[in-house]
Amino acid sequence: MFSSIMINTWIVATLVAAVAGFVGFFVVIRSSSFAAHTLPLGTFPGAALASLLGVNTLFGLIAFAGLGVIGISQLGRLGRHEVATALSLVMLLALGTLFLSMSRQYSQQVYALLFGEVLGVSTTEILPVAAIGSLSVAIAAVLFRPLLLCSISPELAEVQRVSSRRMELWFLTILALATALSLPVVGALLVFSLMVGPAAVARTLTDSPLLAILLSVVLSLVTVWTAIALSYLTNWPVGFFVGGLGAIFYGLGRVWRHINTQSRRRAVTCADRTGTC
Amino acid sequence: MSSLLHSVVEAGIFSSDPVRTAAIIGGAAAVVSGVIGVFTVIRGQSFAGHALADISSAGGSLSFLLGINPLAGFLGLALLAAAGIEFIGIRRARERDLITGIILGAGLGLSALFLYFDVITHSTTGAAVSVMFGSMFTIPPSIIPLALIIGFGALFMVALLYRPLLLCSLDSELALVSGIRVRLIGLLHLLILALAVALSAMTVGAVLSTALLIGPAAIALRLVKRPGQALILAASIGLITTWGGIFLAYDSFYWTPGHGWPVSFFIVSLIFVLYIVTGWIQWLREAGSCSQVL
Repeated sequence: MFSSIMINTWIVATLVAAVAGFVGFFVVIRSSSFAAHTLPLGTFPGAALASLLGVNTLFGLIAFAGLGVIGISQLGRLGRHEVATALSLVMLLALGTLFLSMSRQYSQQVYALLFGEVLGVSTTEILPVAAIGSLSVAIAAVLFRPLLLCSISPELAEVQRVSSRRMELWFLTILALATALSLPVVGALLVFSLMVGPAAVARTLTDSPLLAILLSVVLSLVTVWTAIALSYLTNWPVGFFVGGLGAIFYGLGRVWRHINTQSRRRAVTCADRTGTC
Repeated sequence: MSSLLHSVVEAGIFSSDPVRTAAIIGGAAAVVSGVIGVFTVIRGQSFAGHALADISSAGGSLSFLLGINPLAGFLGLALLAAAGIEFIGIRRARERDLITGIILGAGLGLSALFLYFDVITHSTTGAAVSVMFGSMFTIPPSIIPLALIIGFGALFMVALLYRPLLLCSLDSELALVSGIRVRLIGLLHLLILALAVALSAMTVGAVLSTALLIGPAAIALRLVKRPGQALILAASIGLITTWGGIFLAYDSFYWTPGHGWPVSFFIVSLIFVLYIVTGWIQWLREAGSCSQVL
């Protein structure tokens, strides 16, 4: 599992998980699961086009992530936001089916891009992943306060002259960058699972933003490491474990919070009773 | 006359069996999706609709594995997911968005696993593409009766629940005051949605069925104000774009080198273009009415 072939996989997966956990925090507080689902899935045709043209996959991914951002933000101006997201997604995917129909021999690659392929990461791939990952984390860190403000209270942000439209665009850009780098590892369909799952659990456990981010990154790392280890042992797809672990962690988080609030309520009623006595 | 017709329409489109099957099932899927889509768009549940479609792909890939009717597979998982979202679902919209996302992730994980088993046991890699992106011209005609039953069942339920469903979608507080069981109606809406989604997942594929669900409904709601008119318009737009897509895909065998372009590409493109165009129309109309007021 830790042989020299797998070393690159572990490095890349760790980078991906850390970025996804961090960006996921914003996805959860903005409740943009749909956008977090749309961008990766809509970006996936970029890989098909890149392989059709014979250029580096990463260029195709970034180009299509850009198209996705433009589609969601521009169509969203004219109509309902959800509808705009849904239609941008299906249009990009329709282009994907067209590219795929032109190159039948990539069926195996399609499967890998949809559901993730952790084996066979080459050393040359690590540098771009690290660069794009740090860029997206850096933007998020610089814009941390306005982003947080816009997500929690748009009215207050308006008062402080933070343009919520510009913040939306920045948020989508961060999301797109994180997407383009995690897609080849986790797969288009489950990138968002890695973004939503750990961050959602962190949200249920704590109210402090910094603690939530830290927790989200840690959980995301645990999810990815466990998923890769299990995938290596069973040969089953990584995506299955990522999606399943996300749901299990979230379920446990909910149960924990439920027990916590129950016991707190009981403590409060006990205190009331002793007070009246 | 017939030569004129043939210069536009390639020979054999009306006598080809795969095309006829595609037209019937695709048409049924489009009409049902268009009708239920209007409620889905009004309720702001596009994400739930899309999630159900994606999760149903796990059923599709499972049915490949077991060799059962794929429609039954799509339908089973879609119904299961609809029940899951509604039962775990919390009233607050923010929490619902997260729950939908997490169930979607788990469903897609299952889908990945089943497709992996498909690849191993049947040594075909085509299953992923066909489940996710649809294979309209390879639908076996034996599915038609079941598809029509599901389609009519869904439409019948919409007709039965029309007034409470509409009231709940437009104003859930008013509905609650008038004694409608809002949660029950919400669950029934998701179940009808699951029927529609399973049908269209069969035809345009799991990830693209959202186009048939959201597209025609959103276009219709831009053009007309009355809900009844929107339902009919959405169903018609769905039907026209689906048949138009089938027609173009069949024709494309002749004007593209070697092979045709996929049906789903044409259907989605038609819907997308219509959505953009109607957006402009609406914008011009609003600009016009503003200048009249001034």
